[in-house]
Parts: sequence; C-alpha cells; structure tokens
Amino acid sequence: MSVLLVVIACLGTWLYLHDKNVAILNPKGIIASQQVDLMAFTLILSVIVVVPVFTMLGVIAWKYREGNPKATYEPDHEGSKWLEVAWWGIPIVIIAILSVVTWISTHELDPYKPIASDKKAVKVQVVALQWKWLFLYPEYGVASVNELKMPVGVPVNFEITADSPMSAFWIPNLGSQTYAMNGMSSKLSLRADKEGSYRGSNTNISGEGYADMHFQAVALKDQAAFDAWVADVKQDDASAYLDQDTYDELRKPSKKTPVTQYDGYASGLYDTIMHKYMPMDHAHKEGH
Amino acid sequence: MSELIEAQKARLYRTTIGFWVYLMTDCLLFASLFATYAVLRTATAGGPGAADIFELPLALTETIILLVSSFTCGLMLLGLQAKNRRQVIVAMALTYALGVAFLAIEIGEFAKFVAEGHSWQQSAFLSAFFTLVGTHGLHILFGLLWLVVMLVVVVRRGLTPKVTRQLTIFGLFWHFLDLVWIFIFTVVYLLGVAS
Amino acid sequence: MFGRLGFDALPHDPVTIGGVVGGGLAVLGVVAAMTYFKKWGWLWRNWLTSLDPKKIGIMYIAVAVIMLLRGLADAAMLRAQQAIFATSASSPISPDLFQQVFSAHGTIMIFFVAMGVIFGLINLILPLQIGARDVAFPLLNSISFWLFVAGMVLINVSLALGEFSAAGWLAYPPLSGLEYSPGTGIDYWIWSLQIAGVGSLLSGVNFLVTIFTMRRKGMTLMKMPIFVWSVLGSMLLVAFAFPILTATLAMLSLDRTLGMHFFTSDLGGNPMMYVNLIWAWGHPEVYILILPAFGIFSEIVATYSRKKLFGYKSMVWAILAITVLSFTVWLHHFFTMGAGANVNAFFGIMTMIIAIPTGVKVFNWIFTMYKGKVSFKTPMLWFMGFAVTFTIGGVTGVLMAVPGIDYQMHNSLFLVAHFHNMIIGGVLFGVFAGITYWWPKFAGFRLHEGLGKAAFWCWLFGFWFAFIPLYILGFMGAVRRLDSYDPSLGWQGLFIVAGLGVMLILLGVFFQVVQVAYSIWKRKELAVGSDPWDGRTLEWATSTPVAEYNFAHLDAVQDRDAFWAAKQSKTKASTKFTDIALPKNTGTGAYVGAAAFVIGFAVIWHIWWLALLALLVLVGIVIASTLREDEDTEMIITAAEVAATEKRLRGAGA
Repeated sequence: MSVLLVVIACLGTWLYLHDKNVAILNPKGIIASQQVDLMAFTLILSVIVVVPVFTMLGVIAWKYREGNPKATYEPDHEGSKWLEVAWWGIPIVIIAILSVVTWISTHELDPYKPIASDKKAVKVQVVALQWKWLFLYPEYGVASVNELKMPVGVPVNFEITADSPMSAFWIPNLGSQTYAMNGMSSKLSLRADKEGSYRGSNTNISGEGYADMHFQAVALKDQAAFDAWVADVKQDDASAYLDQDTYDELRKPSKKTPVTQYDGYASGLYDTIMHKYMPMDHAHKEGH
Repeated sequence: MSELIEAQKARLYRTTIGFWVYLMTDCLLFASLFATYAVLRTATAGGPGAADIFELPLALTETIILLVSSFTCGLMLLGLQAKNRRQVIVAMALTYALGVAFLAIEIGEFAKFVAEGHSWQQSAFLSAFFTLVGTHGLHILFGLLWLVVMLVVVVRRGLTPKVTRQLTIFGLFWHFLDLVWIFIFTVVYLLGVAS
Repeated sequence: MFGRLGFDALPHDPVTIGGVVGGGLAVLGVVAAMTYFKKWGWLWRNWLTSLDPKKIGIMYIAVAVIMLLRGLADAAMLRAQQAIFATSASSPISPDLFQQVFSAHGTIMIFFVAMGVIFGLINLILPLQIGARDVAFPLLNSISFWLFVAGMVLINVSLALGEFSAAGWLAYPPLSGLEYSPGTGIDYWIWSLQIAGVGSLLSGVNFLVTIFTMRRKGMTLMKMPIFVWSVLGSMLLVAFAFPILTATLAMLSLDRTLGMHFFTSDLGGNPMMYVNLIWAWGHPEVYILILPAFGIFSEIVATYSRKKLFGYKSMVWAILAITVLSFTVWLHHFFTMGAGANVNAFFGIMTMIIAIPTGVKVFNWIFTMYKGKVSFKTPMLWFMGFAVTFTIGGVTGVLMAVPGIDYQMHNSLFLVAHFHNMIIGGVLFGVFAGITYWWPKFAGFRLHEGLGKAAFWCWLFGFWFAFIPLYILGFMGAVRRLDSYDPSLGWQGLFIVAGLGVMLILLGVFFQVVQVAYSIWKRKELAVGSDPWDGRTLEWATSTPVAEYNFAHLDAVQDRDAFWAAKQSKTKASTKFTDIALPKNTGTGAYVGAAAFVIGFAVIWHIWWLALLALLVLVGIVIASTLREDEDTEMIITAAEVAATEKRLRGAGA
C-alpha cells in the first residue's frame, strides 16, 4: 500500500517535472556539473547508513511489538559493547571518507579559484542594486542591467559587490552562488558549457523588491559571438552611456527594471562603488 | 534547629554556584564585546585611533582605584566571616567611595572624548570602545547601587542569612569586574597606546 | 511626549486590520469571560503569582500553544501567497507585509513556540525527575517566565502599532540598519528577542544550578535520567550562547538608536561580524531545542518498550559531544560569504562530525526496542515518525554541510525544507510526544488515543506534502522568501501541493485541539492512576495530581531507573512526615515582566521619559525583592498537612 503510494508520488513528480528546468540537476556549466556529481556521491554515502537504520527500525519495531508471542523479552538488556562499537565506528569511517572528499572538493570548487583554461577568461564586475543587477565588462567597456552575456567554453571571472543591502549572485544552471556586500569584492569563477539563457537571481533578502531581482545569463555560442554582441552594443544608438549621474539614478530603488545596455561607463565605476563604503576613503573625502 | 542551619547552608551553596554560573554568562557577554572590539580596533574611519586619544596615566589610576576597592571588598568578606558588623560597614563604605571615584574618572574621560568630537558616532572603533568600557561602567554602577542597598540593610538589620548570601556574591561580582577591567586595561589601553 | 508614536502607527492594510481585530476580539472575549465569572483573583493567586515550577511550566506551554496558532496562521498566509497570489498581478498581501509575515513566522516559531514549550516541559519534568521539590531559584524562574511573556506581548503588539521586521528572522544588517529599515519593525524584533532572551538566559542558569545542586541523594550524574542529561546539555548551550545574542542585539540596537557603527556599511562598521555573531548564537540555539527533544524520545522509547534505555553511557557521551561540537560549526550558515577554502572545509567537516553522535542516538533508540515489549501508543508513533523524518533531514543536512554543495543549495527552498525537516520532525514531534506522555501525570487523565493518532498521521503526511515540494523547488532554483515569481517557471504546481500539505498539518492541529477538549470532557472515562505507563523515572513516583511539594519523602535513590527499581523491590513508603518549606507566591515576576515590556515599548517608539521611568520602577522592584528576608518569602507546610495531603492524593493505603 505504502509502496504503491510512493510509486504514484514519484511518477507524479516525474510527470510534473519532465518538461521543466530543474536547474541544479540540469547543469550547463563545469562548476554546476561537478556539484551534481559531488551531491550524488554524498547522497550514496549517506544512503549506506540510512538504509540499515530504516530496515532495523522497521524490523525491530515490528518484531518486538507488544503482543508478539514469538519475541523474547529481556527488560534489563541495556547494551552491547560490540554493537555500540559498530555504530560509533561505521559512521566515523564514513564521515572520515566524506571529510577527505569535502576537503578536496571545497578547494576545487572554491569560488575564488579561477577556472583553469587555455582561453583567456572574461572578467565581469557585478553590482547588486535595489533591485536589479548591473554588469560591467571592463575589458570591453560595455555594461548591462539585468542581462548577463557570456561566451560558451570560456571561464568568466566575476567580481561581485553591492551598492544595496547584502545580496547574493546565483545562476543555478551554472553553479555556486556568492554574497554581494558593500565595500567588498567577492570573487566567483564560472564557465558555461552550453549555449542558452539561464535564469539567475538574488538569494538573499534585500528589501521590498527582492523577489524581482532576477536576470538572464545568456551564454553565447563562442568568443566570436560574444565579441559580436559587444560590437553591437557599441554601435547601437539605443545604448546609453553610464556616467556617474546615470548611475546615481539607476541606483535608486526600483522594481522590474527592464534590460538595458550601455556602450560605455564612467571609468573606475566599480572601484568608486566599492570605495564608497571603505572607511579610509571616507576620511579622505571629509579631509577636503 | 540543625535542619534550619543545613537549609541555610544549602541555600548559600546554591546561591554561590548560581552566581558563578551567572558570572560565566557575563564573561561571555564581555567576550563578545571584546571580540567585536578586536575586530573594529583599527576601523577608525579616518578618525582618531587608540594611540591618539587614550591617556595611560588616567587608565592606570582607574586600575589602581579598582584594585584597592577589590582589597576593601575582601576586607568586607573577612568581616562577614568574623561576623564583625562594624568592619563590614566600614569596608563597604570604602569600596563604595572607591567605586564612585572610578566611575567619576571614567565618565570624565568619556565626556572629554565627546567634547573633543570623538563620540561613539564617529567611527566603528569608537562605538566598540564606548560600548565595551561603558558596559563595564554600567556593571560598576549596578554594583554601587547594590552596595548602597546592602549597606542600609546591614546598618538596620545586621548580618542576617540573606544579607550574608548577598554580600558573598557581591564580593564575587566585584572581583569579577576587577578582572574584566584588567583585561580592558591591557587590551584597550596598554595595547592601544602601544600600537 | 510620545516619541514617534502617532495615529499613523495604526494598521492600514486590510489583512493586518483583520488580524488585529480578530486577535483583539479573542483577547477581549477572554477578558470578558474572566470578568463575568469573577476569575481574575483566582487566576492571580493560583497561577500568575505562583512560583511552583509545575504551574509555571503549564503557563509556558499555554502561551507557546497560542503562539503556535499565530505562527501557523502566518505559515498559512505565506503558503497562500506563494501558491495562489504570487503569479497574479494583485494580492491582498503586499510584498512588505509578506516579508513581515515570514520574519514574524520564524521569530515566533523559534522564540515563542519552540523555546516556550521546551522550557515548559523542563519546568514540569526536570524537578520531578531529579526527585526535587523545587528549582534552585523559584523567583528567578517566575521572572524568566514573565520576561518570556513580555517579549511575546511585544511581538504581538507590533501587529497593531507600527510594523514588524521585514528583514527575515535573523535581520542581517545593513538591511536591518537605519538606512534601509528606518521604521519600528526591526526595533520590535530586537526588543522582543532581547527581553525574552534575557529570560531564557536566566532560565538556563537556574536549571543548570538545579541539576548541579538539587538532585536527590544518591543520584550521581551517571544515574540521572537521560532527559535530565539532555537538559543539562541544552542549558549549558543556553548559558554559553545567549550572552552572545544579548550582546549582538544590544549592538544592533545601539547602531539604530545611538548612531553607532558596529554593523553599518560606513564609518568602519562590519556587517559580516553581525552574521558571525548571530550564528555563534544561532547554531547552538538549534541544539538547545533539539537536545531536550532527544531526551524526551529516550524516555518514551524506554518506557513504552518496558526496557532499560540501550547504551545509556553512549547516550550521555553523544549528548556531551553534540553540546561541545555545536559551538564549532556556526560558519556553515554562510559558506557563500567568501571565507577561504580551508575555513569552509574545516567548518563543513565539523558539521558532519555532529552527525556521528546523532546517528549513535538513533541506533540506541532502535536497540532500546530490541527484546522489549513495544506498545505503540501515540508517543511511540511520534517517535517512529521522528526517526524517519529526522534521519532524512539529517541526510539533507549532511549534503549542505559539504561547502561545494552548499554553494548551490544555500538560501534556496532546499534549505528551508531542510531546517523545517529538523525543527518540525525533531523538536515539534518531540514535544508532541512529550506532552502526550506526561499529560496524565498532571491532569489525572490521559489524552484520547484515536484523536492523537489521527493528529499524528495528519502531521506526518502534512509535513511531507508541505516540504518535499520545497526540496524539489530548491533544485529548480527557487530561492526562499519570494512573494512573487514568473508563472512560466513552472513552480506553481509544487507550491500548491505544499499549500495542501500545510492544510493537512492544520487538520492535524485541529485534531489536537479536539483531542484536548474531548479528553477534558471525557476525563472520567480517561482517568488514570499516578503511573499509567509503568514508568521508570521518579516523576511517576509522585501522586497524581502532583502535590505542591512533589515528594513527601526524600529517600535516597539507588538506581538509574529509580522508580522502576523501587517497584521491582516493592519498597513501602514511610508514613512519618516532616515539615516542608516552599516559596510563597509573589507578584514580583509579573511586575518585572510588565516593567520590561514598558521599557521595550518605550525604546522602540523613542519615548525616553517612559523608558527611564519603567527602568526606575524595575530597579525598585528588584531592590524591594532583595530586601525581603527568607522568613517573608517562605511558607511552611506542616507535617500534619503533608500527611493529610498524601492521604487524600494516594488514598487510604499510603
């Protein structure tokens, strides 16, 4: 009966999910796929403990139920050295294995570690604002709001800060999120391995418009396609220039900010935003 | 009758243990503030740092006053053991006077910083300083209030079992504050001026 | 004159007004009924001023149950919003209100439900299990309770006057700083937690000293019932962790009221320090709640298996290991903050290590049933539900303990599902089991079995229906705290299932309410003696209802399961009685709570004169209580009265 229920539930879940984007289990980048593998490994290791636990729980509870005449009753039975050694010992071994894996994987997946590649990485500076994302491409001199463009197969090294309450930058299809904080520049290295448009969002509450704070990360076919996009933005008459005044306007809290592209931005904008929150510069300003 | 004495003893024991546990929790409160101070010590935001404003002689005077008050507090506890009411009263009065002197110097120091424009609003460092040292000062203030109340009780009622319990734990409290101050003196003032 | 308090503090939006009117009418109804039946004097004399931990315990649980209903109402609103209104253009719940509701839900459930019910059970059971007549500091105990009540009232007043925090249950700065949250919401959050938190801290000290100094003669540490051990671990955590909370909240408050810069983004403040400090308290807090639940299950499994607890020493060491380890893992709540790989890996591994003693406990519970005679009464069902649910929650916890995985799952709905898995499946199931188990000791009748079982199944299935969708949504990239999302994401179906799950849980709560009401109505049929479950520990040695002084005799105990051993050896209680001293009732606790409430309220609204006045009153109350000599605070129950009570409660035979 209960097995049937579980089967029905699983079937229903699959039917529901089969045409939807289960982002984490559907990795489109190197980091996210390593993370799925790590998850699978950890899960299997846990199951080694959980299956015997559930089996024993069920069997023992059933066998020693009150009114089972076949079961022996020993009210003073209060321990067994070997059994206890077993269930201190086995979990210790499993956790030891998992610890080694954790140590290695944490270093491998360290968001601060740039992904090794023979291609030159693209640098993107990310600014969390109330309630939108600003992306600056310092090597290309363009910028965009609420849409991130990146080439497939090329590592992207993000530098992430906030000119808003603490936020977090996350593209589940590509992997690893990182907090965006005032006066700090967090790092994150990702690589998309498949062309497509992936949803990214803020995971840390940052005020009223928090739920609106999502964007699309568009992975373009290759570096050439990305370069073409940059050239497009620079030529497009619709793209504006992001000077300090435009930024100050953009910075004001707003919801559902449309995707915007800028063919240039005030030099050192990212550092200006960062340094706004750094105490020494404050003193510097006051001194003059 | 012996049962009554047993009960009194048990109470004194409970109260003392309880106060030790309380002091441990207070210790953790101070530990949190110390940790915060350690993190923010250099966050002067262009304002003055520890070496710029602290005056060691003043802090040293405070330290000596508090140490002496711990000594007079010890005399009070000795008087309590000897059931010498007069000694208890005199020692309490001395402790009180020294505590007031300590607090006066501290308030003077705070007032001076504020008058010079270095209030707790100027930088994270100053926020941490005023809060850490001020929390200790509030404890001293609370101790003085407690001492005054107990002084009145001792004068009027003598050394009842409850008074004995209260004064015993007051002694613990006062020594504890002395200890915390030694840490403040070292971490905030000595290391601050040295840096 | 009234600081920033004005008419604009009254609620504007219809949902809040509805809540205020509903809540207000309920309170008014109770007040009117109390007045009509002239019960105020009775309430004051017998309950509110009582220093009897049994009565204080019942009051804690009563308050916690009312708050559970409030927290559930909040949960239902959150589910309704995410299942129905999140994809539509308009909703009766504005984003700001939605954020207040989830902040209130988390705060209330942890501080005023879980903490309340745990302290309630400790008050009821701990003194009995160690064979004592009272706690170490009865007046302090009453003060703790009233500080808890003051915090609870404050958080509910925020509904009617002003607003509540919209920054989540832990209010990270800079969002919770003045710049982004200038209103009263964060201040309500700070002060209701600060006041209740100080109460918890004092309780922690009190129960630690109770365990250290009030145990019955002969009860060495290694003969203490396992629930007492679990409380010892939990209270050690309270004593070590709550001062950090007090300091952290004080600093946040100083930032907000005196313009300091602890956690501001400018002038050198450091918001990351707040996150570290709040979790240095917050992680132990989880274990403060779960350890007593472990203790409850240990008692229940042994009793209903009619067998000694398997591996008592292992259990003790497991509790101690968890107690210590819980202070070494706080950073796992923010792996994504950019600490280096070494630091993250260290905290990840420490987190996994906690799974070892926890796993040992599960094995020991299972083997307590081995060679027993297991009677599957409702508390045992809760245990079975717990064993399955909690273990699965443990697995998802181990997953998130691996930093490489947490980088993906953090702050997603997977995380939300995980901690509800632990707190509902662990803490709540534990206290439901405990309440059912110990109910007859204090009521004189047991709770109806059928209704209890119906409630259990609704909760169990409701839980899984409510939270499996959240696990899946986490995998789909849905983050926590969303008041809206795009329908094209395909999340709505799962949110609807989760909503149905919550309705099933609500049905379970309905069964619990009916169970209590029905059992009271049928109390004659359900009446039981003083030892209905063939108990093992000393609380079952008392009469039912328990006499004010708990035990007429304080004979030394010989054995770990003291009462079980006494029953086996058929020792007869002596009929010689002596005088017993107990603390007199006093209103001090209630006055302290009232003063603390006024201080909190006045500071929130910047009514400085009132805050100062209330502070002076508080100091006055404390001084007055210090001046009272022992003779004035104690009453003597004479040997003759004890004899009469024993005869009445235990029948002529005793």
